[in-house]
Amino acid sequence: MNNIISTRKKVSKSKLNMWLWGWFMVAPTMIGLIFLNIIPIFQTIYLSLFKSGDFGRGNIFVGFDNYIRMFGDAQVWHAVANTLLYTLLVVPFSVVFSIIIAVLLNGKIKGKSFFRTIYFIPMMAAPAAVTMVWRWLYNPQFGLINYVLNRLGLDSVKWTTDPQVALIAISIIGIWSIVGYNMVLLLASLKEIPRDYYEASEIDGASKMQQFFVVTLPLLTPTLFFVSVTTIIQSMQVFDVIYMMIDVANPAYENTVSLVYLFYNNSFKYMDKGYGSSIVVLLLVIIMIITYIQLKAEKKWVNYM
Amino acid sequence: MGKVGKFAKVLAYTFLTVGACLMILPFLWMLLTSFKTVAESTSMNPFVFFPNTVKWINYLEVIEKNNFVAFYYNTFAMILFRVICSLLFSAMAAYAFARLQFPGRNFLFGIVLFQMMVPTQIFIIPQYLMVDALGMRNTIFALVFPGIVSAFGTFLLRQFFLNLPKELEEAAKLDGCNIGQTFVRIMLPLTRSGLIALGIFTSLFAFKDMMWPLIINTSTESATLSSALAKIQSAISVHYPELMAASVLAIWPMLLIFMVFQKQFVEGISTSGGKL
Repeated sequence: MNNIISTRKKVSKSKLNMWLWGWFMVAPTMIGLIFLNIIPIFQTIYLSLFKSGDFGRGNIFVGFDNYIRMFGDAQVWHAVANTLLYTLLVVPFSVVFSIIIAVLLNGKIKGKSFFRTIYFIPMMAAPAAVTMVWRWLYNPQFGLINYVLNRLGLDSVKWTTDPQVALIAISIIGIWSIVGYNMVLLLASLKEIPRDYYEASEIDGASKMQQFFVVTLPLLTPTLFFVSVTTIIQSMQVFDVIYMMIDVANPAYENTVSLVYLFYNNSFKYMDKGYGSSIVVLLLVIIMIITYIQLKAEKKWVNYM
Repeated sequence: MGKVGKFAKVLAYTFLTVGACLMILPFLWMLLTSFKTVAESTSMNPFVFFPNTVKWINYLEVIEKNNFVAFYYNTFAMILFRVICSLLFSAMAAYAFARLQFPGRNFLFGIVLFQMMVPTQIFIIPQYLMVDALGMRNTIFALVFPGIVSAFGTFLLRQFFLNLPKELEEAAKLDGCNIGQTFVRIMLPLTRSGLIALGIFTSLFAFKDMMWPLIINTSTESATLSSALAKIQSAISVHYPELMAASVLAIWPMLLIFMVFQKQFVEGISTSGGKL
C-alpha cells in the first residue's frame, strides 16, 4: 500500500515538473504574442468605435459611426475592389507560371540550380527598390518598356498613371516578385512524387501531357493549396508596391489604392486612427471569409496521399 | 529521343531562358542606369543601353545626401536582434509544444495558429501607441519590437521537433538530464537546419518590411534601408540614376548573402515552407 502511494506521488511529481518546464518554455513567446498581437486585435476593434482627433486631442466615442461612414465611402469600396482584383490577377498567373517553371526544372534540364537562383532573386530584393526600378521601366517617356513597344510599332502606354492600366502594371510586379518563391515550394513537392507513378502511367500509354494532368497535378494539390492560400493572404495585404508607385495625387489613385494603403493613409497620414482601425477590421473580416471558403473548398479539390 | 522530344526540349529551354531574362532584367537595368548621367538615362534617340563611362558620381551624391551608414547599421541591428529573440523564444516554445504535456497546451498553441491567420496590419496601431507611450520611437528597440516573438517561428520549429525520434529524449533522461538539459544539449543541435531556415526567413521579412519602420522611425537617421528608400524617392523623385544608385546600395547586402547561402535558403523554404 505504502509502495503504491509513493509511486503515485513520484509520477505526479515528474508530471508537475514537466508542466512547470512547459509553462516556463512557452512563457516568453506566449506573453509576447498576447501583448503584441492578441490584445492589439481587441484594441484595434475598440479603437474603431472612436473618432480620433489630432494628436493630443483625445478620442471621442462614436459607436458604429466609422463603420456607417465606411459603408458609404466610395473610396473604401474602390479599395476593396482593387485589392480583390489585384489578388485575382496575381494568384492565378503566379501559380500557373510557377507550376510551368517547376515542372520544366524537374525534368532533365541542364543548369537547374542556375535557373532556380535566377528565378528566386526578385524575392530577395526590398520591395521599395524593386518598385523604383519598375517605375523607371514603366516611365511613359524614357522607360525601357515603352521603348520596346515603340520599336515593335505599338503605342506608348502610361503604365503608372492611366487608371485603366496602373493596377495591371502593379500586378505584374507582384507576379514577377513571387513566382520564384512559389516555384521553389512546388519544385520541392514535385521531387517527392515517386518515379513509379510515371513509369506506371507510361506503361499505360499516357503522353507527357496526360501524365501532367493525371499524375503530377493531383499529387501537387496539397502544395498548390498551401501556395494559393499564402499568396492570397499576402496579396490581400498589398501595400509597398502601390505606396511606392502611386501617390495620392496620381490620377490612377482611385483605381489602385488597396485596403492596406487606405488604412495607412487614414491612420498615419490623416491621423484618424479610429477610421483606419475600422478599415483594417474590414480587411480582417474579408480575409476570414476567404480563408473559410478556402478551407471548405479544400476538401473538393485537394488530394492528400 | 524522338523529334517531338527534341522540340519539347528546345521549347523548355527557350521558356526558361526568356523567363530568367525577365527576372534578371530589372536588376541589370537598375545597375546600368545607376552609372548613367541623367542625359544618358533619358536619351531616346539614340537609345543608350550602356553608360558611356562608369560614373560613380550618382553613388557619391546619394551617399553624401543620405546617411547610408546609419541605414545599414539600423537594418543590421534590427535583423540581428529579431533573429536572436525569435530563434531563442521560438525554439523554447516549439519544443514545449512538440514534446511536453502541460495544461493549456492546445489552447496556447491555438493562439499561435490564430496569430498567423490574422493580417498583420491589425496589430500596427496598438503597437505604435505602445512604443510611443514608452517614448521609444526612432530607436532600434522600436524596429525590433513587433518581432521579439514569432508565432510563425514557433510553428515552423515545432514541425522540426516533431520529426525527431523520441528515443533520444528517453536516452537523455536515463543519463540524468533534466528537461532543460535535454532541450539545450540534445534536441536543439538537431534542429540546426530549422534554426537556419527560421533565421533566414526572419532576416528576409525584417529586411523587406517597409510599413513599420516608415511609421515608427520617422526621423531620417533612424530609418532602415527599406524605409529610407521610400523617403529618398519622395525627395528626388525624377533623378533616376541617383534613385537606381540608392536602390543598388540598399539591395546588394541581401543579394550577396543570398548568393552565399542560397543552398540553405532554398532548402529552408522547401523543407519547411511546404509543410506548413
